[in-house]
Amino acid sequence: MTYAIRLEHLNLALQGKSILHDLTFGIKTETVTCVMGPSGSGKSTLLRCCNRLAEPPVGSIFLNEHDITTLPVRTLRRRVGMVAQRPALFPGTVWANLAYPAQVHGQPFTHAQACDLLNQVDLDPEQYLQQDVQTLSGGEAQRVALVRTMANNPEVLLLDEPTAALDPTSTRLVEAALLNIQQQRSLTMLWISHDPSQVLRVGSYVFLLVQGRLRDQGTPQHVFRADSAHAVKQFAEGKWS
Amino acid sequence: MMPHTPEWLQVLASLGLVLVAAAVSRWQSLDLEKDLAVSSLRAFVQLTAIGYALEFVFAANQPGLILLIVAVMTGLAGWTSGGRAQGIPQAKSLALLSIGFGSWLTLGSLVLLGIFPFTAQMVIPVAGMVVGNAMNVNSLVMSRVRDELSSQRGSIEAALALGAPWYKAVAPHLKKALTAGMMPIIDSTKTVGLIQLPGAMTGIILAGGSPLKAVQLQMVVMYMLMGTAALTAFAAAWLASRAFFTPAEQLIEIQRPSAP
Repeated sequence: MTYAIRLEHLNLALQGKSILHDLTFGIKTETVTCVMGPSGSGKSTLLRCCNRLAEPPVGSIFLNEHDITTLPVRTLRRRVGMVAQRPALFPGTVWANLAYPAQVHGQPFTHAQACDLLNQVDLDPEQYLQQDVQTLSGGEAQRVALVRTMANNPEVLLLDEPTAALDPTSTRLVEAALLNIQQQRSLTMLWISHDPSQVLRVGSYVFLLVQGRLRDQGTPQHVFRADSAHAVKQFAEGKWS
Repeated sequence: MMPHTPEWLQVLASLGLVLVAAAVSRWQSLDLEKDLAVSSLRAFVQLTAIGYALEFVFAANQPGLILLIVAVMTGLAGWTSGGRAQGIPQAKSLALLSIGFGSWLTLGSLVLLGIFPFTAQMVIPVAGMVVGNAMNVNSLVMSRVRDELSSQRGSIEAALALGAPWYKAVAPHLKKALTAGMMPIIDSTKTVGLIQLPGAMTGIILAGGSPLKAVQLQMVVMYMLMGTAALTAFAAAWLASRAFFTPAEQLIEIQRPSAP
């Protein structure tokens, strides 16, 4: 079994406060792994450690068995992409956003590449490419943010509640776009979600993080069975003691 | 025309106006008499001291002494401006660097281009204007950078997460800070002579100089202050921005001073 991302005794404290405690687990290559947990349990920090927006200790996170702190940080961030809850698009057109990754790395970016990216998330290039991002709906903006990240052609995608700010229809559209991309590109995804039905739809494995510790894990089909006594299920159903 | 400057007796007579101010304060129960007395006394002591010091420095006219005085001015400006820039790591050192960069480059250019001779009488008053202006610009720009980076964290981290270097991630957000630093001098240059006669020009006219000569000097002063503002703002914006990133290009937590 190969792991795209592997954590080994990951401990992290920020401003004197302990956030993550001794996390040791792996994210299997080319799978969608979900992370659930109460607010403040360290889920976002865990994701931010994986692309070094937060600094993990040396020797605690491995990308394809390479310690991520030994990789050039900009290279790491291109290989491990991230989509946040809010799309944080840059002012300007959809085109400008899609071209940004190539532009900052001094690489060419073609019209055909932009069209290809938009097609992958079911947005018509004719209609959207020159549109100002301020006129996009929440779901459209999130799909543009997703393909902006995909323009770097990452191996791993970190998703920090990518549909939490969206209505059910937009949620399904973004979800479909993500799964489409995951299958086309054989991506590995680490997906934070609060929604058990979403975890069941998209995830092949789920971890429960509580107060920075790994509390429970399993396949969604298993942990969410009707007769399951798993902590993940209790958390998802709001029966948290 | 001989320059007319007041003698000590006349200076003493002008204190009469402070007494008028104190009387108004007493009459209106403003309770400002003590402040008026202290500030008048401080102005007297400070200005007398600097007057004697400048008499000595101008008479000596030693290049080393001139440089030392400008260096002390720059140091004090860095200390003061850095002290105001709360929440910026190593603010005082960074303020010293950007004020030094903006003011020394301007002063150096003025001397090298032969606009001002390198004499104590020219360099020290001009340095006072340049360094003072650089100090204000630095304070404005640094606090603005801190506020912009704090409020634009989402956008900056989105750029970093795409593999952008820190300087490309912050570049769009420095425009407001740079503008904030440049606007006061641009505005005062636009209205110069219309609303009030600026200090350098007023000084020459009061001392009996020709108004046209005074205008020429004032033009040099305004243009040099614009140069100082641009150079200082540029240095302050980039130095302050860099201070908010770790070596691994992570945007650190930004502490903003609480509203008064």
